[in-house]
Amino acid sequence: MNNTPKTSLKHILTAVFIALFASVSFTAFAEETEHATEQATEAKTEKKFDAGKLILEHIGDSHDWHILGEGHSSVSLPLPVIAYSNRGFACFLSNKFEHGHKTYGGYKLEENHLVAVNEMGEVDAHEATVNEEATKSIIDISITKNVATLLFSASLLLWAFLSVAGAYKKNPNKAPKGLQSFVEPLIIFIRDEVAKPSIGAKYEKFVPYLLTVFFLILINNLLGLVPVIPGGANLSGNIAFTMVLALITFVITTVNGTKHYWHHVFAMPGVPKPVLLILTPIEILGVFLKPFVLMIRLFANMTAGHIIALSFFAMIFIFGEMSTGAGLGVSVVSVAFTVFMGLLELLVAFLQAYVFTLLSAMYFGSALEEGHH
Amino acid sequence: MELVKPAIGLIFWMCVTFSILIFILTKFAWKPILAMIKEREQTIENSLNEATKARAEMSQLVAKNEDLLNQAKEERNRILHDAKEAAERVKADILVKAQKEAEDKIQMAFREIEIQKKAAIVEVKNSVGLMALEIAEKVIRKELKSNNEQVEYVNKLAKESNLN
Repeated sequence: MNNTPKTSLKHILTAVFIALFASVSFTAFAEETEHATEQATEAKTEKKFDAGKLILEHIGDSHDWHILGEGHSSVSLPLPVIAYSNRGFACFLSNKFEHGHKTYGGYKLEENHLVAVNEMGEVDAHEATVNEEATKSIIDISITKNVATLLFSASLLLWAFLSVAGAYKKNPNKAPKGLQSFVEPLIIFIRDEVAKPSIGAKYEKFVPYLLTVFFLILINNLLGLVPVIPGGANLSGNIAFTMVLALITFVITTVNGTKHYWHHVFAMPGVPKPVLLILTPIEILGVFLKPFVLMIRLFANMTAGHIIALSFFAMIFIFGEMSTGAGLGVSVVSVAFTVFMGLLELLVAFLQAYVFTLLSAMYFGSALEEGHH
Repeated sequence: MELVKPAIGLIFWMCVTFSILIFILTKFAWKPILAMIKEREQTIENSLNEATKARAEMSQLVAKNEDLLNQAKEERNRILHDAKEAAERVKADILVKAQKEAEDKIQMAFREIEIQKKAAIVEVKNSVGLMALEIAEKVIRKELKSNNEQVEYVNKLAKESNLN
């Protein structure tokens, strides 16, 4: 009887993984049918299948959360549009746009971007004329798909870790149970294998930040692998997301920089003056380059994974345009490859969260280093 | 290029959400969790140390007990040995004393006998003298009557006084 909670957790985990992979392969078929209809309409208008556009649409942000279907018949979760422009404040649900076919309150959607139009009423989006001046002044802080995913993942983290903290308070000095036993090794790993060796004696101050970053990236990487709502957004592969995280790492590094650290940046000890003329600019560049690389690495890795998976699907339709048989033949290969990529991306999800955290910790460590020459 | 252009909206929401997230998580999750984990690790370490110490003490105690037992055994053996020796000595002493006493008593008895013998001899001598005297007196008195009769009488008297 004793191991029932453990086995039930194991069952849940297995179920989650099965669901994850099933949905990966399911979307393969779902998207196939989805695009088959798209193809039919496209064939009528004699438009060519554009793989690049499809991929960019999927990894980009949008004002509604697409669930299924295409065009007018598609089902999606409307998200709030919040925008400020020289005309004032606007706040309404994105389904008013009818998937970009209508204007609303003087705005319309163009390639998922908010654009101001001269017509204030509800008219056909294609007939509306763009108001350039107002468009330039738009500050769009809508709850887009990525923002919604961010809020969802943040609440998930809050729920998970506040309940874990509660479990610790309830059973002090007892063996961990359930969710607690799943996250505890990760917490201890970040503390003992990432923070302690990289930062040194003063590591404790930075552990909360590192833990928050690690779990936020990890959960969003994993949500990005789930093709259906509430996953599907490419948040951790979004440059704004990685930029903010990298900036915070940069700020913490800079604020905590010791005299020794700045001395190393501006005048590397033991280096002759003429060499310093070259070395100091490089070192100063390095200070900014480090967080920049951090930003690019996570963004590129996560986006690349999504692009590869989508490319495999796009191949089905590219070959399908040539002949139906070729499309069917390629679909088998594509699905197999996507499942393989899904597994690989699962590894990458953990790896990239770890790498971001580890490098942040190493930058903190280098900033905190005291002179001992 | 669309991909690498950070959207202002997401930056704004990211800053807001991340600030709230890190504030709440640090205050209500990470700090208590890390403190609890640390406390538990310390408890485990302390318990392990204590267990090792207890085990060492235990083995020390066992060794001590064995020592004590051995000492006690030795002591017992010594006491037994001593007691035996003492008993042996006492026995010997008693024997010697008894022998001596017995000898003394025998000696005393001998002396007593000697004294008694001497006394008896003196008494015999005295009574013999007295008898002789009586006989002599009676002989002398008879002599005055007849000679034959005197001899006969002396013999008769001598027979009668047969030293009892």
